Amino acid sequence: MCLPGNQAFFILKGTMSGHDSKYFSTTKKGEIPELKEELNSQYKDKKKDAVKKVIAAMTVGKDVSMLFTDVVNCMQTENLELKKLVYLYLINYAKSQPDLAILAVNTFVKDSQDPNPLIRALAVRTMGCIRVDKITEYLCDPLQRCLKDDDPYVRKTAAICVAKLYDINAELVEDRGFLETLKDLISDSNPMVVANAVAALAEIQESSSKVIFEITSHTLFKLLAALNECTEWGQVFILDALSSYKAKDARDAENIVERVTPRLQHANCAVVLSAVKVILQQMEHISSQDVIRTLCKKMAPPLVTLISAEPEIQYVALRNINLIVQKRPLILAHEIKVFFCKYNDPIYVKMEKLEIMIKLASDRNIDQVLLEFKEYATEVDVDFVRKAVRAIGRCAIKLERAAEKCIGVLLDLIKIKVNYVVQEAIIVIKDIFRRYPNMYESIIATLCENLDTLDEPEAKASMIWIIGEYAERIDNADELLESFLETFPEEPAQVQLQLLTAAVKLFLKKPTERPQEMIQVVLNNATQETDNPDLRDRAYIYWRLLSTDPEAAKDVVLAEKPTISDDSNQLDSSLLDELLGNIATLASVYHKPPESFVSRVKTVQKPEEDEEYLEGQDSGQNESSAPIPDSVVASVPANANRAASAAPVQPAAAPPMPDLMSDLISLDLVPVSEPTAAAPSGPPLPVIFPASAGQGLQISGRLIRRDGQVFYSLAFENNTTGPLDGFQIQFNKNTFGLAAAGPLQVPSLLPGTKADTLLPMLLFQNLSVGPPSSVLQVAVKNHQQPVWYFTDKIPLQALFLEDGKMERGSFLETWKALPDSHEVTRDLPTALISSVDATVEKLSSSNLFYIARRMLKDTNQDVLYLSCKVPYVSGKSIPFLVELTALVGSPGVKCAVKTPSPEMSPLLFDAIDFLLK
Amino acid sequence: MAGATSALFLLDMKGRVLIWRDYRGDVSSAQVEKFFSKLIEREGDPASHDPVVFDDGVTYMFIQYNNVYILTAARQNCNAASMLLFLHRVVDVFKHYFEELEEESLRDNFVVVYELLDEIMDFGYPQYTEAKILSEFIKTDAYRMEVTQRPPMAVTNAVSWRSEGIRYKKNEVFLDVVESVNILVNSNGQVVRSDVVGALKMRTYLSGMPECKLGLNDRVLLEAQGRATKGKAVDLDDIKFHQCVRLARFENDRTISFIPPDGAFDLMTYRLSTQVKPLIWVEAQVERHSRSRVEYTVKARSQFKERSTATNVEIELPVSSDATTPSVRTSMGSAVYAPEREALLWKIKSFPGGKDYMLRAQFGLPSITAEDSAPEKHPPIRVKFEIPYFTVSGIQVRYLKIIEKSGYQALPWVRYITTAGEYELRMI
Repeated sequence: MCLPGNQAFFILKGTMSGHDSKYFSTTKKGEIPELKEELNSQYKDKKKDAVKKVIAAMTVGKDVSMLFTDVVNCMQTENLELKKLVYLYLINYAKSQPDLAILAVNTFVKDSQDPNPLIRALAVRTMGCIRVDKITEYLCDPLQRCLKDDDPYVRKTAAICVAKLYDINAELVEDRGFLETLKDLISDSNPMVVANAVAALAEIQESSSKVIFEITSHTLFKLLAALNECTEWGQVFILDALSSYKAKDARDAENIVERVTPRLQHANCAVVLSAVKVILQQMEHISSQDVIRTLCKKMAPPLVTLISAEPEIQYVALRNINLIVQKRPLILAHEIKVFFCKYNDPIYVKMEKLEIMIKLASDRNIDQVLLEFKEYATEVDVDFVRKAVRAIGRCAIKLERAAEKCIGVLLDLIKIKVNYVVQEAIIVIKDIFRRYPNMYESIIATLCENLDTLDEPEAKASMIWIIGEYAERIDNADELLESFLETFPEEPAQVQLQLLTAAVKLFLKKPTERPQEMIQVVLNNATQETDNPDLRDRAYIYWRLLSTDPEAAKDVVLAEKPTISDDSNQLDSSLLDELLGNIATLASVYHKPPESFVSRVKTVQKPEEDEEYLEGQDSGQNESSAPIPDSVVASVPANANRAASAAPVQPAAAPPMPDLMSDLISLDLVPVSEPTAAAPSGPPLPVIFPASAGQGLQISGRLIRRDGQVFYSLAFENNTTGPLDGFQIQFNKNTFGLAAAGPLQVPSLLPGTKADTLLPMLLFQNLSVGPPSSVLQVAVKNHQQPVWYFTDKIPLQALFLEDGKMERGSFLETWKALPDSHEVTRDLPTALISSVDATVEKLSSSNLFYIARRMLKDTNQDVLYLSCKVPYVSGKSIPFLVELTALVGSPGVKCAVKTPSPEMSPLLFDAIDFLLK
Repeated sequence: MAGATSALFLLDMKGRVLIWRDYRGDVSSAQVEKFFSKLIEREGDPASHDPVVFDDGVTYMFIQYNNVYILTAARQNCNAASMLLFLHRVVDVFKHYFEELEEESLRDNFVVVYELLDEIMDFGYPQYTEAKILSEFIKTDAYRMEVTQRPPMAVTNAVSWRSEGIRYKKNEVFLDVVESVNILVNSNGQVVRSDVVGALKMRTYLSGMPECKLGLNDRVLLEAQGRATKGKAVDLDDIKFHQCVRLARFENDRTISFIPPDGAFDLMTYRLSTQVKPLIWVEAQVERHSRSRVEYTVKARSQFKERSTATNVEIELPVSSDATTPSVRTSMGSAVYAPEREALLWKIKSFPGGKDYMLRAQFGLPSITAEDSAPEKHPPIRVKFEIPYFTVSGIQVRYLKIIEKSGYQALPWVRYITTAGEYELRMI
């Protein structure tokens, strides 16, 4: 507590009014000795004033811990107000004076036996807040007594105190049998005591892996009875506890619902929301459709009423309603109007309402919804306007019959010519074109009128994609593309990639002179003038394709694209169920499971995959338009080589595509033995070989690390019409010499089925020469189909060794010993450290170990030092010393790496970028 | 399933801590100050920021009242709805104690503030927020007595909102039925959304522990009792009751029975989402003459029965922010230009049903405009009014029975009034 600013402020104002403020204005000089003297005064009033001055000083952040003994001496008083102040002082300073805190114990124990229940409760409440081990021991006897006190006020305070004590010393609580006493309080005659006992037990259960608090049919009865009589806050405790109760059968569930439903009429929104939670949980056990329909009908009006609560509560309600409509869309299907934005709604309420409007939009109400969206698109807040425009596009994708109307509205908006509206509209129109190919191309002309106003990469890229995709219908497509090409070198990667592909499409569709010239320029630019490997690789592939077999090029580049759907912001069903069990809590506001943000829960070892699972959820928060379809398979993140200054530069004019394919083919394929492999359960793997390329065979996969070994986690999906069997896999030479350690274990796949497998991998088997690269070329074959080739990416984090942690000293030494030329930095603009602790924990679970941390005072940035090791041939390993600089909570991380092998750093950056997403 | 919050903070407008209470010892005030001043700096106005923010392992939830932010910091997955509502209740408690909650009043009463923070929450769990009962055992200096107080029975009783032993010479109950009409009319004149939010506001001055029973012309109840419902009954979509009402009893037989708190409280609120004809209809025609002047022609019509009269009608007509030199004529009432609100305020003291009034206004506009002007705001026309002795829903209090064991007779007084809530008409 150090708030010098405040102190001056209080003193300044202190002269203006009477009352307590006078206590803030003590003289600066000799303050502490003066206070000391006053505290020891024999006059009660003087003493009391002195304690008030001490508390005032404490409030403004002055350290008054040196007065500990003097203040504690005032504790034995008949004056309740004074006693409370001394107690408050103790809570604040006992921790810094643990030895002296013992002085207070006698009074505490005495107070806990005072005839006045207010003082008994105060004593036991305060003692529980003093987190000093020595005191805890003395707390047991008074607590034992207070738990059985005659006065309910004391018992309800003691109930909570058990949870306090458990937090300090769980063992003590268990040894002294407090848990049993606490459980007895569930049957207490006083509803407030029951409620607090429930809260305490629920908290204790949360931090213990043992079963401590389980609601049985007996306790259930007690809780339901107390529900009718306790305070509103107590009702929330009880309802929250009930939501975890698993009903025995439908009747049990219906019985609970019947008892809980009246709570929907409570004026307290938290009671209502927790009641909704219990009802939704119990509905899972009810099979009668009639009952469910009735319940849905009953829940709608209270949910609607929540939207007229205070804006902060509306926000929580809206985040929850978002979940509820995903699970049970019927509840609010007819209530879309209540989610229409009011002009004065705070922006955070408007954003959430918009999200729910999209979810509730249907063919029946779309006309009205579109009118609203159009209205919003002319408002002032740019983010809100953009979201409104995007909402129109999402409705078009969701509701086929309304697509035309949506496009009409988008065109109206484009005519307003507000720059960001136009750009946002073009982005969503691109998605609409993808969703409904060959339907609405007539509007392209209107879009083209706005080419020159586009300045955002995503909008530009979208427009270019549209031009390329429909090049044959746009008479002057070549001219239009040309206008973009002038600035090719300056464009962001996203736009460059689209320009490249669009130019190729144009050439394939209209192989006339002008496109031919254009393609030359683009390919030259993209292979020789750029340091973006992603772009360069794609350009080389096109080049090669075009020069060897233009027909094959057509098949690849102009291939049919899979359809898209509006699944943005749709949560995965198991997560959704978990969140519905957490209605009204923070988890339901964040749309994330509690483990992902709670920093004080029981520590359970999480497997690596879980972490990635959580990251995946983030996408649920950020809406994103469908990615622009790429005609080329797996792409390497952009900028992978910007740090090339320290790495040997690749010869710019390398021949396109060294003959790696022949390498790949010449290797003998490992035969596949029959299936036994256990399928890994976990998050969906990224698709590395789409069904469109594999005549219906789709392969997803990712290299992962488990128990110190590298595995290739793969999923094969048979979308062909016949069975596929005899799968074999082979890897081309690569930087790390990754190769299969055994045969691929994939069973014979019937049409429409899927098989997962974990393929153990070995390192340093078939090493490629040349600069390090993350490319992993894979060949897969089966008995029915030709050999398939595709490219995956080696995530460096799968290679991080378990013993990569360095001692602080050796880290410093190594850092100093390496020449500065071995240090490479890179900005990771989208990486995010939302919390240092969580990040450190997450990184170290991926074998990137935390060494030290410091703060940059002037920028408020955190600097983290980390180390890791990657294996290298002949049993050696390459250490990496990492320095991350970031402002916690805002995206953008500066990453510096020092290593004996700086040429490897681009791979490391990619790994860190991935881990910090 | 739920968790507790770690600490409660009262912060000034710059995000500095005025007073805080640490409940669990796992957040520091320095951490909170750092976070919140950063938020204020970045956002300018935290009121537009999500009220639930996660930062470095800690969740912050906050509300603003006057020049004070009330904030909780939590490390657990606590009940967000409950916490935010609790913050609003904290405001109510402080208002009850200090008349007004602001920086100054907190500073002037820091001893009581600490006492209250100790009582209303324990270990991060909300405990007790009935201001009236709290003030029976936590008193400000002026009323502080030397005798030690005991916790009132009410704190832990099933009737936690009323103390025993209240005495009045004259036993009276005032019941105000207040309905506010929310309406949103689109620029094409179509009513997009309309609802009525009603409240039964009670002020009780009753001795002892009175048992009250309230009868409304609620269709569900009347039908259940087999009574004739000749257009007199109302359908209420959603009813919310003060915690004193026995909810289980209401669920059973729709009886509203309760022991009221002493003094003023909202007995119940209800909502009606039936389509309502806009009680006051406003049409505005805007004519822009190049960049020199703009003319508004506004027509206001009262669409309720002639025997009712709307009072204190105020029509807020948004005008362009660079408008100057107003000239206004009205057929009734007075109109003033309020540049700080970028609006013309047309006030009509008394507006009987079935009448039309007109307003014509002309503003000058600057001839030069900024090249790249931001898109213009399009605020709606807003209307305020009150119509006494009238309810949109037709709700009626059929009886209010008060039974106390001493057997006194209490007089109930009932009033009805309709007001404008969020009453917005979008302009073209």
